[in-house]
Amino acid sequence: MEQTRQAGAKKRYSRRTLIRLGQYLMKEKWLLFVAIVCTFGSNLFALVGPRLTGFAIGAIEGGIGAVIFERVFYYAGWMAVFYVASALMSYGLQVLMITISRRVVYRMRQDLFEKLLTLPVGYFDIHQTGDIISRISYDIDTVNASLSNDLVQLLTTVITVGGALLMMLAISPQLVLVFAFTVPLSMFMTKYITGKTRPLFRARSAKLGELNGFVEEMITGQKTLKAYGREDYTIGRCDEKNEVAAEAFYRAEYYGSIVGPCVNFVNNLSLSLTGVFGALLYLAGSMTIGDISSFVLYSRKFSGPINEAANIVSELQSALAAAERVFSLMDELPERADEPDAVSLKEVAGEVALSHVRFGYLPEKTIIHDLSFTAQPGKLIAIVGHTGAGKTTLINLLMRFYDPQGGEILVDRHPIRSVTRESLRKSYAMVLQDTWLFTGTVYENLSYGKEGATRGEVEKAAKAAYIHSFIMRLPNGYDTVLTDEGANISKGQKQLLTIARAMLLDAPMLILDEATSNVDTRTEIRIQKAMRNLMQDKTCFVIAHRLSTIRNADLILVVNEGEVVEQGTHRALMDKGGVYRKLYDAQFE
Amino acid sequence: MKEIVKKYISPHFPQMGIGLFIKFVGTIMDLFIPYILAYIIDTVIPAGQKRMIFLWGLAMIFCSFLAVSFNVIANRKASRVASDVIKKLRHDLFEKIMYLSNHQMDEFTKPSLISRMTSDTYDLQQMVARIQRMGVRAPILLVGGIFVTFTLDYAMALVLLAVLPLLTFLTIVVSKKGIPIYAKQQAIADRMVRVVREDIAGIRVIKALSKTEYETEKFREVNRSVVEQEKKAGMVMAVMNPSMTILLNLGLVGVILTGAYRVNAGASEVGKILAFTTYFTIILNAMLSITRIFSMVSKSIASGNRVWEVLRAKEEMEVLEGAEDVLGAGKQKGEEEDAEIVFSHVTFSYYKGRATKGGASDAQEGKGTDCALPEAASGGQEDREEIPETLSDISFVVKKGETLGIIGEIGSGKSTILNLMMRLYDADSGMIRIAGRDIRSYEPEELKHKFGVVFQNDMIFEDTIAGNVSLGRSATKEALSEALLYAQASEFVEGRQEQEADALNIRGANLSGGQKQRVLIARALLAKPEILILDDSSSALDYRTDARLRQGIREHFADTTLVIVAQRVSSIRHADHILVLENGHCIGYGAHEELMERCSVYQEISHSQMGEGGV
Repeated sequence: MEQTRQAGAKKRYSRRTLIRLGQYLMKEKWLLFVAIVCTFGSNLFALVGPRLTGFAIGAIEGGIGAVIFERVFYYAGWMAVFYVASALMSYGLQVLMITISRRVVYRMRQDLFEKLLTLPVGYFDIHQTGDIISRISYDIDTVNASLSNDLVQLLTTVITVGGALLMMLAISPQLVLVFAFTVPLSMFMTKYITGKTRPLFRARSAKLGELNGFVEEMITGQKTLKAYGREDYTIGRCDEKNEVAAEAFYRAEYYGSIVGPCVNFVNNLSLSLTGVFGALLYLAGSMTIGDISSFVLYSRKFSGPINEAANIVSELQSALAAAERVFSLMDELPERADEPDAVSLKEVAGEVALSHVRFGYLPEKTIIHDLSFTAQPGKLIAIVGHTGAGKTTLINLLMRFYDPQGGEILVDRHPIRSVTRESLRKSYAMVLQDTWLFTGTVYENLSYGKEGATRGEVEKAAKAAYIHSFIMRLPNGYDTVLTDEGANISKGQKQLLTIARAMLLDAPMLILDEATSNVDTRTEIRIQKAMRNLMQDKTCFVIAHRLSTIRNADLILVVNEGEVVEQGTHRALMDKGGVYRKLYDAQFE
Repeated sequence: MKEIVKKYISPHFPQMGIGLFIKFVGTIMDLFIPYILAYIIDTVIPAGQKRMIFLWGLAMIFCSFLAVSFNVIANRKASRVASDVIKKLRHDLFEKIMYLSNHQMDEFTKPSLISRMTSDTYDLQQMVARIQRMGVRAPILLVGGIFVTFTLDYAMALVLLAVLPLLTFLTIVVSKKGIPIYAKQQAIADRMVRVVREDIAGIRVIKALSKTEYETEKFREVNRSVVEQEKKAGMVMAVMNPSMTILLNLGLVGVILTGAYRVNAGASEVGKILAFTTYFTIILNAMLSITRIFSMVSKSIASGNRVWEVLRAKEEMEVLEGAEDVLGAGKQKGEEEDAEIVFSHVTFSYYKGRATKGGASDAQEGKGTDCALPEAASGGQEDREEIPETLSDISFVVKKGETLGIIGEIGSGKSTILNLMMRLYDADSGMIRIAGRDIRSYEPEELKHKFGVVFQNDMIFEDTIAGNVSLGRSATKEALSEALLYAQASEFVEGRQEQEADALNIRGANLSGGQKQRVLIARALLAKPEILILDDSSSALDYRTDARLRQGIREHFADTTLVIVAQRVSSIRHADHILVLENGHCIGYGAHEELMERCSVYQEISHSQMGEGGV
């Protein structure tokens, strides 16, 4: 009972996948229409061939000295014409199908990618990048290969089979009865085997995705693994996944490959029966040799595509499994949309208030219990506390990467839930602990937050961040392409680059999360003036361990286990002699 | 590609041979059927024996049964072989990638290696599977079909055969054109993978700066080029199928005309022309299969070459022979017995090694097209004369159990010293000795065993904390908790385990920066290394934790030589030796007090961090 329901659900799922694929195809309905016309044309022309062959052979039938050459030439000429026309149409068809399938693939990839960017940031913390890449490249490729080859093939099959059937009916209706037996047999077999193989193809895609996810992560961490001499161990783990993926491939491929010979078997069966009954009909005088010849040719035409189609059934299945994976990613829940009446923050003064905020990444595990404070516009708020006290989480909340489970966050007295995400995020400039640079020139990386920044502006920011001279030492200066997560750039240099990036932004609020943790203090002092300029008149949230950085803060929040345990200025907190004092003194121990 | 066939596919030749034979028999059975049909029509029907007709009909059905059984068995074998071949290939490729030097990693670039490991091996797998299924059947049908047509009527067969050279020519031309297009397509696909990978890594920044549109455009561009390249390849390949059909069908017309003359002259019979047309369909289908195989093979050749590029990469770090001499030479110079790490006059530049390989790469500047290709990865560095050395003339000696602190500005070469110390790169000149032996004389395993290291951007894997610490090294529970304890991590680790499963998210996303660093330090401590390297790896720890950490290490790992790169003077001020770097030069070397007297830069750093009171 349970099983049948599950099977039912799976079936509905497959149908939905097909419908959605269909929707992509329908966007090209005009091209598709032309393609169908071409398919019809090319196949119908090709279908005329055997009939003409039959006529030509009929003209030869007379035997020695009795061949009617005139008719042979006549029919042979027409054969040539039809075959050439058919081939031209078939070329046109392929061109069309390639065009259509590329467009579909392009759109699918684009949709998938755009979807990715709307997902909440947490999604990427629990899903392997490699698996996502596997969907966007390999799975879509599989769908695409199937669309460009198999679709034409299927269409051809339908038309050829239909046409051949008509032709055969015209030649000998009795003989067609043979197919009344073999066609259902063939359909039944295909259906049976496909039912068996569908889960296998699903498993194949999933296992390959897992392997790819693993590989991506391990190649990313290759340096570490090598430093610890864990190559063999990792290779061993890779072997396990590889084994599973290879086995899944084998099973799907093997069962899938049964279809072809089976269908071929049925075709051979029909040929045998046609031969026997055709011979009988000839003896009974109701068929000529030429008729048998045409009929046999048509029956080949009839079964040839069916055979091909059976071969591609396995491909279609892997395409379907791949499409399911693509659509399942598309169906992930995006970040909750902005409220319909969300306002866009304009001319932000920079007052930020938290009132009784409660939050945990997992609802049952609260990290921030009850956090309240108000940051006045233009003030510097420093957040200090032990490692892991929830400081970075606070930033996730301010930027609205996550929504708190209780309490409220207000910017300029607007609850941020009722503000558009884009305007909220744009009012912050942010320099994070985990620096991020992408493959592109230094200039592109720096001007990332401010499109169309002039070279002069960029250089000014770079000079202020004290990274200009480093950039000038790169082979092509500002035009040097940074590659592969900036292989030979140290983390400190990356931090300076991201600081320069933030300097170019003109946001009313600023978040610095350990922005200079890997910058040496001498450089830090040199960039201090620029930093002060950067922070000027902006509400700043600064997280730092180096307490020298935050001595001048207007408000220091000492956070411990998700709650503010002390707050005040440096002086006040030092006088108080509590947690902050202890932290401060620790650096001189 | 040739090499891949030789190394990975040829061992399966016996297996494939058996499969091929079975397939051969099965296919012959397939071919028998129309032959029998021709016999029925030409010989049995005129004789008018119904019994014989049924008998021969049964024979056809029997052949059909044999054909299906053999073909299924053969396909099964083919799937097995494909899966085995690729399993081995993937294993070797992954193994190779794991052992690639840092230098080589930089050249190939990670996204390119990832797609070689994933989509290229996948292409090859598809190819091996299908080439056996179709690639065996199709030529047999082709050759068999032609052979049978010859036995039927050689003159007609010759007409058909005349078409074949044209077909061969066509196939060669088209696939020759196709391969480079496919190669290019894969390089662009690498770029696509890179964009996706980068954007996933930078999703927070992208969202924070509301650059979603921009990234979408960026992806659109690369997506478009991939699709266009695919289309280009497809268009080239699309020529093949219709041209073949035309050629073959025209051949058929020729056959019928020839047949007409032959029959007229009494040299042949109508039944033969009839059978001929049947075989002709078989031959045509075989040819079409071969076309598909060719377009598949063209694509896989491109993939195969990309895989082979990695596989053939040479071991860069050769182990020097004659370690003993070097040892002797070291001692003669009067070094102390227990010197653990010795750098003498070491000079190094990242770009030097690359420049010699890069060569002509002017085209790769600017936007860096195709920069996934290894040749191109070194693109745009021709101005190498202007690039200063990353390190020049660095010398120091650290004894066993001592601590070396390295401090200096960003980009002054701190991490580079560590890279050289672990032989992730080789020095351009000068010598590095570990425990009295030239570093190049060590077997890689032996050398790695000495070190425990935390890199600057070190990697947390999607695994449990214990798994991340042990990295698969066999370690007792006690050893694990000891490592965590000394890394000051046990506190939060224990806290976690009570409340939730201790599995970590990808890149350790559910840990704070400081927690990550402590897990990484525990990883380094686990094997009780002879030399412990911490590259700015306590920067996210607060001072108190940092101090406790150093204290713990000194107490419990007294014999371990410690190398600490840090930004904070407080992290290294107790070190036995402190190396102050500026632009790759050593501008101060000594203990904290000495440097405070002699080295103005050091003084400056110290004052800035600790105030006057810190002295």
